[in-house]
Amino acid sequence: MATYILKRFLQLIPVFLGATLLVYFLVFSLPGDPIAALFGDKPVNEAVAAKLRAQYNLDQPFIVQYLLYLKSIFTFDLGQDFSGRPIAAVLGEVFPVTARLAVMALIFEAVFGIAFGLVAGLRKGKLFDGTVLIASLIVIGIPIFVLGFILQFFIGVQLGWAKPTVSAAATVQDLILPAIVLGLASFAYVLRLTRTSVIENMNADYVRTATAKGLSRFRVINVHILRNSLIPVVTFLGADLGTLMGGAIVTEGIFNVPGVGNRLYRAVLSGEGPTVVSIVTVLVLIYCLSNLLVDLLYAWLDPRIRYDS
Amino acid sequence: MRFSRTSKALGVAAIIALAATGCGGGGSNNSGSSAGDPNKVIIADGSEPQRPLMPADINEVGGGKIATLIFSGLVSYDPSGKPVNELAESIEAPDAKNFTIKLKKDQKFTNGEAITAKTFVDSWNFGAAAKNAQLSATFFESIKGYDETSAEGSTVETMSGLKVVDDTTFTVELKQPESDWPLRLGYTAFMPLPAAALADPKTYGEKPVGNGPYKMAENGWQHNVQIQLVPNADYNGPRKAKNGGVTFKIFQNDDAAYQDLLSNNLDILQTIPTSALKNFKTDLGDRFIEKPYAGNQTIAIPEYLPEWSGEAGKLRRQAISMAINREEITKVIFSGGRQPAKDFTAPVLDGYSDSIPGSDNLKFDAAKAKDLWAKADAIQKWDPNTVFTVAYNADKGGHKAWVEAMTNQLKNNLGIKAEGLPFATFKEARDLATSAKLTGSIRAGWQADYPSLYNFLGPIYKTGAGSNDARYANPEFDKAISDGLSAPSVSDGNKAMNKAQEILLKDLPAIPLWYQVAQGGWSTGVSNVDYGWDGVPLYYNITGK
Repeated sequence: MATYILKRFLQLIPVFLGATLLVYFLVFSLPGDPIAALFGDKPVNEAVAAKLRAQYNLDQPFIVQYLLYLKSIFTFDLGQDFSGRPIAAVLGEVFPVTARLAVMALIFEAVFGIAFGLVAGLRKGKLFDGTVLIASLIVIGIPIFVLGFILQFFIGVQLGWAKPTVSAAATVQDLILPAIVLGLASFAYVLRLTRTSVIENMNADYVRTATAKGLSRFRVINVHILRNSLIPVVTFLGADLGTLMGGAIVTEGIFNVPGVGNRLYRAVLSGEGPTVVSIVTVLVLIYCLSNLLVDLLYAWLDPRIRYDS
Repeated sequence: MRFSRTSKALGVAAIIALAATGCGGGGSNNSGSSAGDPNKVIIADGSEPQRPLMPADINEVGGGKIATLIFSGLVSYDPSGKPVNELAESIEAPDAKNFTIKLKKDQKFTNGEAITAKTFVDSWNFGAAAKNAQLSATFFESIKGYDETSAEGSTVETMSGLKVVDDTTFTVELKQPESDWPLRLGYTAFMPLPAAALADPKTYGEKPVGNGPYKMAENGWQHNVQIQLVPNADYNGPRKAKNGGVTFKIFQNDDAAYQDLLSNNLDILQTIPTSALKNFKTDLGDRFIEKPYAGNQTIAIPEYLPEWSGEAGKLRRQAISMAINREEITKVIFSGGRQPAKDFTAPVLDGYSDSIPGSDNLKFDAAKAKDLWAKADAIQKWDPNTVFTVAYNADKGGHKAWVEAMTNQLKNNLGIKAEGLPFATFKEARDLATSAKLTGSIRAGWQADYPSLYNFLGPIYKTGAGSNDARYANPEFDKAISDGLSAPSVSDGNKAMNKAQEILLKDLPAIPLWYQVAQGGWSTGVSNVDYGWDGVPLYYNITGK
């Protein structure tokens, strides 16, 4: 097991290098000069621009810029954004907010998705099952920003049950509505995945055996059906954490959440290479780690899976 | 499946409601208490400042709004754009070139440091010096010695034109006479800075110390989230705070800010988002303002393109200008949020005239436009396959709609091919203009930095000027402009500026389209909302209810 985990961690190194190189290159290739854009409609003051370009290494060729950036990572100094603030501090501000949002969305989709999926699967073909299937189809079909605006307008503005945007502290309470919107599409997928899986397992031999042994219905469902049905669901949820963190841009925009998505969007528009790359790199690492976690969870859920050679 | 059903029902209801009422009203609220509550903290919309809050380094609205409130310069502008003295006792120059500036006595920064003549001289030298790389350094360019201090790699840190006479007096020598120079002194770049800020700009850019009607609250700048300002009790200028502070909540998205306004979580929204323009008047009742401000929109047509050069190019530009129905676009596309342009400046400015000879070229006249186009064709044939493009940035500002409307008018009225040329970001479109690589026209907006006619003409149309996207060069115009600058008074100068505009109206290096109108709204919790000449709310004047 330990060797396996170590191997997986070593795999992160090429992933990290590849991701940073690629993203840095993409930002570098964005058309337009970010320093000239700082001057807006006004004439570019060449002396000032030259000084700023040198400060952000923008006067260097691409590969030198990239290597300087790598160097800055290994010296734990990620450089500065255009407002002169350390990028490390920026990351420290935005990631906790988005992590809170993503984890809340994940809890929402896991708890409700699995619960509804389980009930729907157990009552296959009944009214509840049908309703759930149609409703989840609608949720999957409607784009997230439409759902976001509708819920914001009705729950936030018309009914006044929640604030339409998130307050400065971005508390858990503030984030309930955005988290539901963010998790809604995945919730529908989790539900459908659980349902299919439950239906499949209900006909499995070991379930029949368990029932025949005279186990209580609760124990059959809980230990034999549910636990086995969770394997594909867990894979999905694990991969989804990364998607939720990176994909929160739209939701964060609608509800004005001061998180990763908002900052990333602004950095892309203004062409702040190091800021974009730093944010994306952390996102990539989160994605890789959550996948590793999923693989480890497999072993726990299904004892047949073993990672040692 | 309770949840999805609810959301589905909400969705259907929302669509019906949106269609039927166009986003009905924002419910009820009674936040404030008695009339004119002086302790109410105003929640306003803001954007994250792009650079540290050092006055001469600020070049965009996000930082500009804050700086105007926490700093007080020699003058500030009243709502109509007239300069009124703040720290200045008097600003005099008989020859419009050698200025003597006297300061009021006993002025202080919020950290207790006294503001003297030396403070101003040091702050301005700091702003201009190349080694400090301040984005707005160019604002000091008229001062003698600027060229030496601002040159790349220069080690000269003081401008020879600035001299301290005594504690409250200093003199400024300009390179050449500029009668409108005092009008600039209310711009953020000219604000005084405490000595500590000049020594450690990094720290002070994060936690600015000023002398304006407000000061930054303790840890008031929460990046990307909000900026909290509290009243400065020691401020005794004309812009005394009438509320308990202003908190600028930072929005990435205007639509979110508008939803916040509807539910009274936001007290004042500076600009109504494009998506709400159709219905904000119904939504807000009488809680909105529409007021022209010192900004305009044009399309610049570069003369370096062969089909737009010479006499034929001039006739074609006139034809394009007369083929645009400005009334229709401002009414239909902007719902009255713009006013058709009648000159190159803006109506709120001192000296503005809507009837400068030649302004007929900006009136819609399809027949005459066709005529002019035919005349141009007689000189130099227009290839019917050429597409007249209007470059614009698609990232913000909602330019697509009017560009499309305008190109359609050109198609119909002139029978030529015309279309918009969108660019993903502002910087991309700007690059083309500054490197003179335009292939057609480009939209250009100008928002005044200080209330002066010259600000709309000199920096854009003078030969070799930095924002001269059209690369317009006309010695006659340059002379008219410099005559205006050396006029003995601002009003004589204005007359000369309008003379210069006569030349522009004939040549049309850019085609004026419309003047900007500020459209904003406020919550039920505040009153006394008014906007300044620059389209920014007068935050200090707003009171709670």
